[in-house]
Amino acid sequence: MIGSRTTGPRSLIVVFAAFVVCLVASPPQADQSKAAPSADRRSDGLAAWQQVYTVLTHQRCINCHTATNYPQQGDDRHRHFANVVRGPEGRGVPGLHCATCHQEANADSTGAPGSHNWHLAPLSMAWQDQHDQLLSSAEICRVLTDRSKNHDMDGPALLQHHAEDQLVGWAWEPGRGLNGLQRTLPPLSRPQFADATRRWVEAGTPCPPGKAGD
Amino acid sequence: MATYQLTINGQRREVTTDPSTPLLWVLREDLKLTGTKYGCGVSACGACTVHVAGMATRSCMVPVSMLGDRPVVTIEAIGQDPVGKVVQDAWVSHDVVQCGYCQSGQIMSAVVLLKHTPNPTDQNIEESMGGNICRCGTYPRIRQAIKAAAQHLQ
Repeated sequence: MIGSRTTGPRSLIVVFAAFVVCLVASPPQADQSKAAPSADRRSDGLAAWQQVYTVLTHQRCINCHTATNYPQQGDDRHRHFANVVRGPEGRGVPGLHCATCHQEANADSTGAPGSHNWHLAPLSMAWQDQHDQLLSSAEICRVLTDRSKNHDMDGPALLQHHAEDQLVGWAWEPGRGLNGLQRTLPPLSRPQFADATRRWVEAGTPCPPGKAGD
Repeated sequence: MATYQLTINGQRREVTTDPSTPLLWVLREDLKLTGTKYGCGVSACGACTVHVAGMATRSCMVPVSMLGDRPVVTIEAIGQDPVGKVVQDAWVSHDVVQCGYCQSGQIMSAVVLLKHTPNPTDQNIEESMGGNICRCGTYPRIRQAIKAAAQHLQ
């Protein structure tokens, strides 16, 4: 009892000192979230981004993410037939609107692909240059994460767009073309694409360094 | 086979057909509305253009099962529409037609153009009518007729 009475205050001092040290050594959780990602986290995020990039640069994605005044079509990304043009809102023009042919779902009996809200991506989200060449991984990453160009989408919104948007989802349910053959699919399944996007977002949407052609 | 209740030119029409049947063939074969023409069957020519809920639509590409309750207007009834009547009159006064096969589709597209673009430029006309092909090459008269109709409507 005597011993405990004499060592008690010392123990309290030690505990308090340890608490102070912990406070100094470990910043609050909120500060951790603002800290720059670790090298490993960034590396994991970049690896996930490269998976995302393989889907974004699939020809069927580029067909609607053009830098041109018209959509493209087919695996060879040729100009959309019937003189279709982009129009002011990416939905064609009066008399030749996207919905002139594209309905709410694929029409396999006629070969017309369709999905809800069929339209072109805005020119600010073009993933090709003016010479029909794909943008580099670094360039598309920068475009995709630029909220002045991507409809003000942050990381979680990008993840939701990739994981849930119905028109994006058409890429994995493209139906049959006029030739009766199934249209080609992106290199990842949609769950894999969403998972890669999630890992990229959780890593802070890192972008690889580099310019065109890298 | 399935039965559909369609609204065609303001009238309710019942059709029993295969769900994958394009609207074009429902109009022509089942309802005998043969003013809408079959040209290419792949939406490349525009001869089959009708209005679905006010939008120019290639009837060869739309399975009847996808129509839902959207109303359809064909060339047979476009003269009952104020803009449609003016466009038809302009077509006559400018003697646009040669063989005539594509012209029902041309008129249907032109009506939608003028409803959304009352004073169309040459570029507006080229872009909106670019999917309607005329093998007789009546394009100059089509352009003149559209401009005349636009002027008449103002």
